[in-house]
Amino acid sequence: MQMNNLNVAKIQLNGNPYEISAETNLNQLLDRLKIKKNKVAIEVNGKIVEKNKYPKVFLNKDDKVEIVHFIGGG
Amino acid sequence: MQDVFTIANKSFKSRLIVGTGKYKNFEQTANAVKASGAEIVTVAVRRVNISDKNQPLLMDYLDPKSFTYLPNTAGCYTSEEALRTLRLAREIGGWKLVKLEVLGDKKTLYPNMIETIKSAEILVKEDFKVMVYCTDDPILSKKLEDVGVCAIMPLAAPIGSGIGIQNRTNIILIKEQSAVPVIVDAGVGTASDATIAMELGCDGVLVNTAIAEAQNPVLMAESMKHAVIAGRKAYKAERMKKRKYGNPSSPQQHLI
Repeated sequence: MQMNNLNVAKIQLNGNPYEISAETNLNQLLDRLKIKKNKVAIEVNGKIVEKNKYPKVFLNKDDKVEIVHFIGGG
Repeated sequence: MQDVFTIANKSFKSRLIVGTGKYKNFEQTANAVKASGAEIVTVAVRRVNISDKNQPLLMDYLDPKSFTYLPNTAGCYTSEEALRTLRLAREIGGWKLVKLEVLGDKKTLYPNMIETIKSAEILVKEDFKVMVYCTDDPILSKKLEDVGVCAIMPLAAPIGSGIGIQNRTNIILIKEQSAVPVIVDAGVGTASDATIAMELGCDGVLVNTAIAEAQNPVLMAESMKHAVIAGRKAYKAERMKKRKYGNPSSPQQHLI
């Protein structure tokens, strides 16, 4: 069953299309992705969001979200 | 007397910094890092894999509380990319000590020093403690020091080449003129290369590929640990003068 379009927003997450329910904030997005806040940094539309602002930043249609972490590197 | 290695007011016992790339898996990474005795490890900043959330994380194998994570900008070719990467790295968990590396060419992986200096200047203003990968050019190294970086990291040879120090004279010149630590970064292929870097007077060595691509990375990591210690002690001991001809080690009097 398709969700009501009014309640769904399509964003770009790490370069790929991703559907979220409307009015999702960054904390909720991380919860849904099962990602721990203290291991990542988030950029929304090219701007880094400080961790304490995650509850206040709500995502909108077409937002470009990047979630990064540390991997092995030289 | 203890021989302490200080970077940006933080003291370390080990003068070996190791990279965490190119290993078979995180278990091998962790075993090699532990065998190397390194206290600082370089890490890269990349996108989280959204589709496979069960992937293991580096942080689960190398506790950032036990090791100093040194986020790098490997793969960045412009100042903008490098700045974006390190600002994100800082946001992950307050990392201020970073390794700046702005590349200029995909084949040689030589640093683009114009972009590197530009980036270093901005990062220092933003209160980052910047360790900088650079060419082995004394003039540009001086420029970096003037800009306020906390360590100068000249290449021994191209990244991943494993051919050792190509220009010892330049490394010595850079070390002699620098008030901040000089760490040979890139090009070390085996233990003796690391020892030579230390014998030249460098404050430390950064190794990744030489360990990760050895047939036995954990053993090579251990070897690098001893190589750096050996080179450092040899430097501190001040080696003998070289002679053109032989000089007997046993007394020449009272020969039978």
